[in-house]
Amino acid sequence: MISFDEVSIRYTESASPVIADASFTIPDGDLCLVVGGTGSGKTTLLRAINGLVPHFVGGIMTGRVIVNGRSTRAERPRELADLIGFVGQNPLAGFVTDTVEDEVAYGMEQLGIAATAMRKRVEETLDLMNIAELRRRPLMQLSGGQQQRVAIASVLAAQPRVIVLDEPTSALDPTAAQDVLSALTTLVHDVGMTAVVAEHRLERVMQAADQVLWLPGDGSATLGPAAQVLGRASVVPPLAELAHALGWSEVPLSVRDARRRVARERITLRPLAAGPDPLRPSSGERSDRVERPAVCLRSLTVKHGQLRAVDELSLTLEGGSITALMGRNGAGKSSLMWAIQGALPSTGTLSVAGRDPRTLSAEAARSLVGLVPQEAADLLHLHTVGLECAQSDRESGVNAGTTWALLQRLGADFDADHHPRDLSEGQRLALVLAIQLSAGPSVMLLDEPTRGLDYTMKHNLALILRDLVDRGTCVVVSTHDVEFAARISQRTIVMAEGEVVADGPTREVCTSSPAFAPQVTKVFLPDPVLTTDEVVARRV
Amino acid sequence: MARTEAPTHPWAWWVWALFAAGAVSVTTNPLLLVLVVAAVVAVVVARRSDAPWARSVSTYFMLALVIVAFRVVMQVVFGGQRTGFVLFSLPELPLPAWAAGIRLGGPVTLNSLLAALYDGLRLAAIIICVGAANALANPRRALRNVPAALHELSVAVVIALSVAPQLVESAHRVRRARRLRGGRVKGWRAVPALVVPILEDAVERSLTLATSMEARGYGRTRDLTRVPRWVSASLLLAVMAVTFGVFLLLGVPGGARPGVVCLLVGVVVTAVGLRASGRRLSVTRYRPDRWRWRETATVALALAGLLAVAGVMVLDAGVLNPPTRPLTWPSLHPLFLVAAVLFAAPIAATVPDAPSPSSERPR
Repeated sequence: MISFDEVSIRYTESASPVIADASFTIPDGDLCLVVGGTGSGKTTLLRAINGLVPHFVGGIMTGRVIVNGRSTRAERPRELADLIGFVGQNPLAGFVTDTVEDEVAYGMEQLGIAATAMRKRVEETLDLMNIAELRRRPLMQLSGGQQQRVAIASVLAAQPRVIVLDEPTSALDPTAAQDVLSALTTLVHDVGMTAVVAEHRLERVMQAADQVLWLPGDGSATLGPAAQVLGRASVVPPLAELAHALGWSEVPLSVRDARRRVARERITLRPLAAGPDPLRPSSGERSDRVERPAVCLRSLTVKHGQLRAVDELSLTLEGGSITALMGRNGAGKSSLMWAIQGALPSTGTLSVAGRDPRTLSAEAARSLVGLVPQEAADLLHLHTVGLECAQSDRESGVNAGTTWALLQRLGADFDADHHPRDLSEGQRLALVLAIQLSAGPSVMLLDEPTRGLDYTMKHNLALILRDLVDRGTCVVVSTHDVEFAARISQRTIVMAEGEVVADGPTREVCTSSPAFAPQVTKVFLPDPVLTTDEVVARRV
Repeated sequence: MARTEAPTHPWAWWVWALFAAGAVSVTTNPLLLVLVVAAVVAVVVARRSDAPWARSVSTYFMLALVIVAFRVVMQVVFGGQRTGFVLFSLPELPLPAWAAGIRLGGPVTLNSLLAALYDGLRLAAIIICVGAANALANPRRALRNVPAALHELSVAVVIALSVAPQLVESAHRVRRARRLRGGRVKGWRAVPALVVPILEDAVERSLTLATSMEARGYGRTRDLTRVPRWVSASLLLAVMAVTFGVFLLLGVPGGARPGVVCLLVGVVVTAVGLRASGRRLSVTRYRPDRWRWRETATVALALAGLLAVAGVMVLDAGVLNPPTRPLTWPSLHPLFLVAAVLFAAPIAATVPDAPSPSSERPR
């Protein structure tokens, strides 16, 4: 269906190729997963399928890409629109109209499909994607998962043979991601489409994949059956990590496969010791530190118009610990973080280390509570990383070079004259974190830091956060990534509709419900094991 | 969800509003102005949806009030008319000779105040009519109904409409983020910190949107040949003919007949030209708005309302512009009531829009 014939792509004459001599063929009706670290060329490869590279984005391409007998060399992306549907990373930014129904019809209008046929296909597509009840809703008001499904529906309506998705679930909560993925499986299994999907978090998609295309980052591309390629690939989803740890050559693609194999090989774990949990990071040093609440909230309420984003919330957070904040999109996690920082008006009592950040100046609040917002780039406005660091030193009133030193400690290996926009997600996150740390806050809040990070970067972030905790900082991380939360946090808070619905040690919260359980936990249920490291340590 | 009848064609509301605006533009009689505005407001209240654009009507009301107040205040402070029944006097500032004709302060008379009030009311009434059209007709739907030749233009406007709220949102976000960096930089030096992230955001979004439109087939044409040159040339001439015709009709005494001819020729050639150049696009339209008897009735009623006012102009032109010197009570012509009823009558001809689901909370 899709064949790459010695394709090489580079963006400038001098640069090293992003894709080098890639040759592979994705058969008709397959779901092909594109995996690789950040910056390994996943997006470039996806864009080459419908000719956005090089026709629209630019770049120099050699070799040929043939989709269903049509070459991207001869036809522009817009002429291939009837054959290939393309869904980008941020669905909201790609919407052309303002309501669901119009958006679904837009592609067909461009293809010049007759009004009666269009009417029928809109109905069919709305049903297929299960969004019929949203048809007249403004696109701005939809939740992330709904927006993603509308984006898929809007390319589906043109009845392409191939659908290409670039990280369809990276911004979604687990349930919404599941919705999108089940819609995708329907397309491949019931409609018979060929799907090419790029993903960072493989744990949810890999069981549905027929093939995996691995981009190691050197420009090459390896296509093969999922179980084999993932056994070799440098990207390690939790089950692959488990497979490596247990010495399995093939990666189990689903929790069910893994459970069966564990049962077959009679792998058992020692029971968890009573008393303080020795395996949770940094919990051992608790006893010699003064137990003092770093953050204390009493009936904190944040209102957005009529909506109570945070509803009479009472909470105490302690220093020297990592708390994971979970809950679906719109549950009030971000509002809570902004309110604790004092940047968002709220009612109720708020005390951080005995002071109320709402009453302090911006500078004083900043040295009390640091916040890395979801859109970290909002904080950056200078031309180079070096200038941002210097500016940060002045803002925090610290010696010149402090921020740069912090950045080095965070493991950033990039030049000071890089433009902040040219950094990868992980590097930009490190820069903003360094800027916020330069003020020396005792509380550090991170809003969705794992979005767009690959497994290696998440691992690095976990190390950085542990380092902070060892220095006594109170860290709160909001995330949709249960695997990450299970790995780093001692305590997990689940929010819904502005209220706390679950609050307790991560082991209890994450093992008690399937929605928040990491894959390793599901494999060893009912044993409350959280990570592969624990499995290795407790294996009999 | 069972669907109620399709919403009224947006252009019907625009024609209705423009006829009402035309009717109020020929009069300064406050009774007629208030009657027509009341009719228009009644229709808006009865027929608007709860969509965001429908809420804009209050903005237009505020604007109208500001205009009336501004007109009156200007008259009080700078007005040249200072004779008649004096209400009170402002201290008068002597102005140099070169400012002859402008008076600052002086006696404020009832006559001049009323004249200013009537004049302001007329402008306010026109503004309210336009605001009513805006509130009743979804601007995007109206744009969707433009001829195919203007397709690109309408797409550009629709995108501009959607970018504005996004810019506001990103400005809000960036401003809030400023506090996270201490916000030490103040004044002019703080501007880049606000503008740079917003602009970068906007450029990034535009690129994403352009990519998405390209991938979805925007700009596919039936055949790649461009519009024939004669079509473009005749379109240009036709638009000029329309402009010239309007000028003759309104500006030149006795130019009515050649003006109308010019206007008609221009309109016909424009229609033909737009059709010819629209043919190269193979774009089709999903669920185009239909023009039914309701729309025809709305337009016909509005036209009748306009004719009623025109009737007064023929029968008793003085009533339309009540004199303020000497002061007279503005009189009520029976046709005023007829006109108001006709402008309000589309309530009976149309149905309310299907309730917008926007009030439901997203999941």
